[in-house]
Amino acid sequence: MENPIIQLDGLTKIYGKVKAVDNLHLRINKGEIFGLLGPNGAGKTTTILMMLGLSDPDAGQATVCGINATRNPIAVKRKVGYMPDNAGFYDNLTALENLLYIGRLNGIAEQDIKARAQETMQLVGLSDALHKKTSAYSRGMKQRLGLADLLIRDPEVMILDEPTLGIDPSGIRDFLELIHHLSRQQGLTVLLSSHHLHHVQQICDRVGIFVEGRLLMQGDIDTLSGELFGKESFEVAVTVREEIPREGRLIAALQGMNSVVGVQVNGQTMDITCSTDITPELVRFFVQQGLNITGVQRKAYGLDEIYQRFFENNPKKVSA
Amino acid sequence: MSVFIDKLFSVPESPTPFRTMVRKEVGDHIRSWRFITMLLLIVLTFVGAMYISLANIRKVVMEVNDPDHLYVYLKLLTTAGNAMPAFHIFISFLGPLLGIALGFDAVNSEQNSGTLMRLLAQPVYRDNILLAKFYAALLVVSTLFLSLVLLMIGGGLLITGAPVEATELLRILAFVAISVIYVGFWLSLAICLSVKFRHAATSALTAIGIWLFFTVFYQMIVNMVMAAILPDPAYLDPQQVNAFNNLILSLMRVAPSQLYTDAATTLLMPSIRSLGPLSMEQMAGAIPAPLSFMDSLMIVWPQVTGLIAATMACFALTYYLFMRKEIRH
Repeated sequence: MENPIIQLDGLTKIYGKVKAVDNLHLRINKGEIFGLLGPNGAGKTTTILMMLGLSDPDAGQATVCGINATRNPIAVKRKVGYMPDNAGFYDNLTALENLLYIGRLNGIAEQDIKARAQETMQLVGLSDALHKKTSAYSRGMKQRLGLADLLIRDPEVMILDEPTLGIDPSGIRDFLELIHHLSRQQGLTVLLSSHHLHHVQQICDRVGIFVEGRLLMQGDIDTLSGELFGKESFEVAVTVREEIPREGRLIAALQGMNSVVGVQVNGQTMDITCSTDITPELVRFFVQQGLNITGVQRKAYGLDEIYQRFFENNPKKVSA
Repeated sequence: MSVFIDKLFSVPESPTPFRTMVRKEVGDHIRSWRFITMLLLIVLTFVGAMYISLANIRKVVMEVNDPDHLYVYLKLLTTAGNAMPAFHIFISFLGPLLGIALGFDAVNSEQNSGTLMRLLAQPVYRDNILLAKFYAALLVVSTLFLSLVLLMIGGGLLITGAPVEATELLRILAFVAISVIYVGFWLSLAICLSVKFRHAATSALTAIGIWLFFTVFYQMIVNMVMAAILPDPAYLDPQQVNAFNNLILSLMRVAPSQLYTDAATTLLMPSIRSLGPLSMEQMAGAIPAPLSFMDSLMIVWPQVTGLIAATMACFALTYYLFMRKEIRH
């Protein structure tokens, strides 16, 4: 925690009787890509709005780039680029005109604004569609334009709200890679919120899981899965052609192996939980036993499992 | 010296966000179809009114009994034929439509298309957005009215050859200013509704509803109510009749269009001395002569203040609603 660029202390926002954000503490360091994960209505957008001073917290404070966001929102907005979900553009203007408008609002000098806009459009890969009206833009192109919109301002922090919503899978991968690349190249701090775990997992250094206004846990994905699943963090599913007996010598032998924690038989499939990755040993064992293996699948715990495990423990909260 | 000239002609390096927004809003307005439609409508009525008054101008100017007969340019603006009312009467009901057309979706369309959020994420003050929208629309309207009357004066100069008197010019400019304020009232009302209602159609219909109420139904309602409570004038003494007449007039003046018509008529017809009934004693000894510009302005000052106050109140309400608005959708 050497250099927090975003620092939230006890941030709280109440809408009527509902606590949208409840006593949130969070630190994000410079150059980090942080993923804020949670189902819809968890309070992600509210938190982001409070970081930008667009919504006033009922308690606590948000400090971004060392500036109090509630007291001095203009200074914060000069340093932070925000892409809202469903970012809209002026449909009667071309993409370039939209970008120029944002540039002018940010006080970029008139003589270099055009060159800078074109440069930015090239960076996000839209230089072919510069003079197209934004009404003719596809969803993915609009997201890219939204990114250009942030980059032209040369921000220190980028906040992206649901950036992957509504883009096709290959588009998502490209888009996230672009964000990752830009962040690493320019040393940008990125905060992105999402309810799609896979997407965020690919590029985030750290994630925070955010449900009902509270940050349940944060850390990198390995730490998170460690926290939730304890030692049993590897699972290998082996499928064989023969029916596996539920009891007997085979199971006993498996359980006798080093680092195997649990064995579960499910018809022809066997789920073996172990504390270290022993997939090759398991395969060798099955071959020696004369079983015909049709499939071996090693499950690494992704955010999906983390998410699911969390909701299994809190069944009433499954709303996503 | 050269530094001074450089400063005079160079574009400022980076205009303030407010100026940038005004520039964009003005651009949006003059390219939008609805403004072009309104423009055509107003230009058409203007040309029509001018045509009728030019056809009658010789007769009007020759009428020696009329104390205003020598104000050629004011006559051009106010002379009405049988077929068509005068230009300022047209403006009294086209002006609201213009204001509503320029403002009814100012905020809600941006909110629905998601551009408002993006705009607010830029380093701009929230109130500047509202102010820019109001200012840009008023700029467009003032330019429109000013160019119309200047065209009228230029055309009149060419056709009649009569020189423009300073007082005429002052009166015409004051008329333009009042027209702009009148449109400004409807504009701020429309923007207010656009903050209040999520759908542009709702705010447009509400604004048009208010406009229709004041132009059509309000007078009917006032007349009906007064007819019901008014005793038979035959049993009243003249003072009481007078008091009732004043009451009716005051009630009528709640409608902005009445305020505007009163103010515009007085400014454009210098011989109008009072907007209410005058008693015989007040009229005794008065020579029918045109008033000075300042005197006319004094007569309509309550109307002008009323219009400005209504515009300000509407704008203040808009401001309050917008600053407190939750911008999430």
